[in-house]
Amino acid sequence: MAGEDEMVIDGYQGTDTTTLPDQEFNSNYLKLYYGKLFPHSDLFKWMSYGNDGKHPGCDLSYLSRREFSYTLDNDIYVRFQSFHNASELENSIKDKCPFKIDIGPVYSVDPSKRHAYAQSGDNVFTPVERELIFDIDISDYDDVRYCCSGADVCLNCWPLMTIAIKVIHTALRDDFGFKHILWVFSGRRGVHCWVCDGKARKLTNEQRSSIADYFRVYKGNENSYKKVSLTGHVLHPFLAGAYSDVLKEFFETKLLTSQNLLSSEERFEKILEMIPDQSATAELRGKWQENRRSSKDDINVVRWEQLKQLLQSGKYKSQRLHRCVEEIVFSFTYPRLDMEVSKHMNHLLKAPFCVHPKTGRVCVPIDPNHCEEFDPTIVPTLSQLLEELNREGYTADVDGEWNKTSLGSAIRLFRSLFLQPLLEACKKEIETSYNAKLKQSKDLHSW
Amino acid sequence: MQVFPSHTHRNSISSNDAVSLPTISLYRSAPSLEVRLEEFESFAIDRLRVLKGVSDGLSRGKKPEEMPTLVKDLWKANMRHQHASEVLNKDIISHFVLRLVYCRTEELRKWFLSMESTLFRYRFREQSVEAQRAIMEEFDLPYKATSNVEYESVKEKLVQVARSLGQNSSTVDAIYYKVPFEEVPELVAGRKVFLNQGWAYVAMNQVVSLLATLFRSQLSKALILTNRKWTSSIREKEKHRLAPIVEALSSSYLGPDYSQPREYGEISLKDIDQVAKSSFPLCMRHLFEKLREDHHLKHGGRMQLGLFLKGVGLNLDDALAFWRSEFSKKVGLEKFEKEYAYNVRHSYGKEGKRTDYTPYSCQKIISLTPGAGDQHGCPYRHFSEENLRASLSRMGVNSRAMEDVMNKVRNRHYQLACTLTFEAIHGMQCDAGINHPNQYFSDSQKIFQQKKDSSA
Repeated sequence: MAGEDEMVIDGYQGTDTTTLPDQEFNSNYLKLYYGKLFPHSDLFKWMSYGNDGKHPGCDLSYLSRREFSYTLDNDIYVRFQSFHNASELENSIKDKCPFKIDIGPVYSVDPSKRHAYAQSGDNVFTPVERELIFDIDISDYDDVRYCCSGADVCLNCWPLMTIAIKVIHTALRDDFGFKHILWVFSGRRGVHCWVCDGKARKLTNEQRSSIADYFRVYKGNENSYKKVSLTGHVLHPFLAGAYSDVLKEFFETKLLTSQNLLSSEERFEKILEMIPDQSATAELRGKWQENRRSSKDDINVVRWEQLKQLLQSGKYKSQRLHRCVEEIVFSFTYPRLDMEVSKHMNHLLKAPFCVHPKTGRVCVPIDPNHCEEFDPTIVPTLSQLLEELNREGYTADVDGEWNKTSLGSAIRLFRSLFLQPLLEACKKEIETSYNAKLKQSKDLHSW
Repeated sequence: MQVFPSHTHRNSISSNDAVSLPTISLYRSAPSLEVRLEEFESFAIDRLRVLKGVSDGLSRGKKPEEMPTLVKDLWKANMRHQHASEVLNKDIISHFVLRLVYCRTEELRKWFLSMESTLFRYRFREQSVEAQRAIMEEFDLPYKATSNVEYESVKEKLVQVARSLGQNSSTVDAIYYKVPFEEVPELVAGRKVFLNQGWAYVAMNQVVSLLATLFRSQLSKALILTNRKWTSSIREKEKHRLAPIVEALSSSYLGPDYSQPREYGEISLKDIDQVAKSSFPLCMRHLFEKLREDHHLKHGGRMQLGLFLKGVGLNLDDALAFWRSEFSKKVGLEKFEKEYAYNVRHSYGKEGKRTDYTPYSCQKIISLTPGAGDQHGCPYRHFSEENLRASLSRMGVNSRAMEDVMNKVRNRHYQLACTLTFEAIHGMQCDAGINHPNQYFSDSQKIFQQKKDSSA
C-alpha cells in the first residue's frame, strides 16, 4: 500500500483534484484512513449481531447475506457486495478504498450470488432483515431556517437536528420499546438513525411504514401552505410529550431568536399566514408594523408573547386558534423525516465512520442523551486526523492507532453506548432460541 | 390442494373442517362441496363485482363512514343465492376460486389481499356482538383484556388518545387489549392507540383492526401457498378446463396497466410540449412545467412523470435526451450522466432488476405522501385550494366547471374532480371516469384524433 511505511503526509501532492476544495479529502488520505483508523472490527461485530461462530446457535451465513455497496472514485457505484468474515470485509475496504460505504438489508441468500438463484424463477432473492432506519436532512427545513440553505448548516440551525434526535429517540425508546438505537452524524447536513433490536430488524415494510407515519405530522409540500395539521380536542400523548418536553422550549429559547423568526415583516407575515382568523392577524400586524420598541427584550420574543397572549386569551373562543400556537411551533421545529427511507427494507444507508467526500468529516456517532452538546463544526476531519497521527508518530497500540487521535472518543462512544449492550443482547437471544430449539427436539425424541 | 380433480366435470372440494359460523367465514380451509363448472365461474364473477366495487369506492375517495353502506349494498346485490342455505357456500366457494385467480402475481395478490381485507373489516362490523365475539374466539387471539390495575395505571393516557381522536371522554372504552404494536400497524400509523414500551393498547371498538391485520396476514400466506401449488401442479393439470377461466378472470377486471404504449405508438420529443398542454392530466402537466421551470425534480416527481412518459410512448433514447436537456441546465451534464441517467434506464427496465416498471395509477398517486420540496402526488388531493384554482384556470377550466371540480375535491372525490376537469377542457363526456393518468392521456388523444378526422 502506498504510504504505508512513510507516515509523513504533509508534503503529499494530491493528483485527484475533483473533490478537493480545501484539502480535506482525497483518495490517498482515504487509504491511510482505512489502513490505520477505520474501526473495521467494530463494523464487523455490529453487522454479525453475535453470529460470530462462538455459539452453536450462530447463523454463520448471516453476515454473508448482508449487502454492502461502495461508491468508488469517479462515482462508480458497486452494489451487492458481500463478505464472509472480518478479514474479507477489512481487506475489501482497504483494497477498494470506497469514497462511501452503504449498508443494505440482509437478504434470503448471498446478494453477490443472487443471479445464480434468479434462474429458479421463484422470488428467493428478497430482503429478510433490515435495521429500522431514519434519515433526517437539514435541507428539508429550508422554509423554516434563515441562516443557511441547502446543504449548509451552522450552529444556529443545527438545533433542529438536536430536536429531531430528542423527539424520535424518546419515542423509539419509550413508545416502541426499542433499546439498541444508534444515532450518527451524516457528515454534512443531517443525522441517521439505526434501530438494531432483533424485533426492529424483522419488521415488515407495512410495520415500518406505520412507525414512520406515527412520527409524521408534517404534511406540507411545495404546493400547500398548511404544513402541519393537528386535529382533535387534545394532542396524542406522544405529540403532547414532544411539545412540552422538547419543541416548545427549543422554539422559545433558541430558534425564535437565533432564526429571527418574527423580526421582519416578511418573516412575521409567514407566521400570520398560519393563523386562520382575519381579525387576530390584523390586530397582530397592526401592533408589529408600528415597530416601536417598548422594551430591551428581543423583538422576536416580545412578538411571540403578544401572539400567544392574543390567541390564548379569552377573546377568541375558537379551539382552532388555541391550537394554532402549537401548530406554529410544530411547523418550525418538529422533525421532518425522509419517509421513504424508513418505509422499505431495501433502502441503503451510509455506514458510520465513513468520511463525507465534500466536507471531509467523519460520520461519528452522536450520544442521544447529550445530543445538545454535539457540534457538527468540530467533528474531526480526515486531514486533521492524519495530522494528529503524524504528530504522534508511529507506535504500536494494542487497540489501534485511532486511540491517539480525536477519533478515539467517537469509537469509544460507539462501543460503550451501542455495540457492547447490543452484542450482549444478541448473545442472549441466540442462547434463548438455541435452547428452545434443543428443548423442542428433545421433546420430539422423548415422545 | 386437491381441490379440483381433473377427471370429473364436477369439482369436489374436500376438507373435513366444519364451518362454525353461519354468517362470516375466515376461509381457513376449503369446504367439502361439489361445485359445477358454471358455478365455479359465475360465483367468482359475482364476488369480483363486489371487490371491484370496493376498489372503485376507495379510489374515488369514499369516506370511511360511507364504506359500510357501500359494502353492504354490493354484497346484497351480488352475493345472494336463491337458496338461503347456499349463501355461505357461495361466499366460501367464490373466495377460494378468486384465490386461484389472484395468487399468480405479486400485483394481483396485493390487490386481492387489500380488497378482501377491506371486505372482511366492513362485514365484521355488521355482525352482532355475539357473532363478533365468536369470530374473535375463532381467531384464537393470544391477548387478554388488561386487568383493572393496569387499566387504572394508564387510564389518563388512554383518555388522552380517545380525546385526540375526537371521542368524548365519557364514552371511552374500559376494555383494552394489550398487543405488540407490530400487530396493529394501521392503528399505529394513525396514532390511534397509546403506545408504551412496544405495547399498543387497543380498545374494544378497535379490535376489528387487529382482526383485519390477522386476516390479511393469514390470507397473504395462503395466497403464496396457493401460488406454489398453482405453478407446480394445478395449472398443468387444469390446462384445458380451469386454467383458461382463471386466467381470463383476472385480466378482464383489472383494466390495462399502460406498461406498453398501445394505441398511438410513440410520441417524439418535438411534440412533447404541445401534447403536454393538450393531453396531460394536471398531475403530469404540473410536473412537466416544474421541470421546465426548475430544471430539476425530486425522486418522487421523476418517477411519477418518467413512468407516465414511458407509458405515453416516449422511447428510452428520447427519455434520456429529455431528462438530460433539463437536468444538465441545473446540475451539469456530468452529474446527470452519473447520478440520474441510471434511474431513467432503470425505470425502462434496463438496469438493476430489469423490471419493466408500470406507470402509476390514480390510486397510487393519490396515496403518495409528497414531502418538503416535492412536486408529485395528485394535485386535487395535495394542492392548497388556492394553488389548485390557479392551476385549473391556467388549464382553461371556466369558473362554473371550477366550482364543480372544487366541490368534488372538498368531498375527497379526487378522481371525479379530475374527470370533470377532463370534460371541461375537452367539451366531451368521459363516462368511464379517470382511473389512470395514461388513460386520461389516451382518451384525450382519441378525442383530438376524432376531431381531426371529422374536420378532414
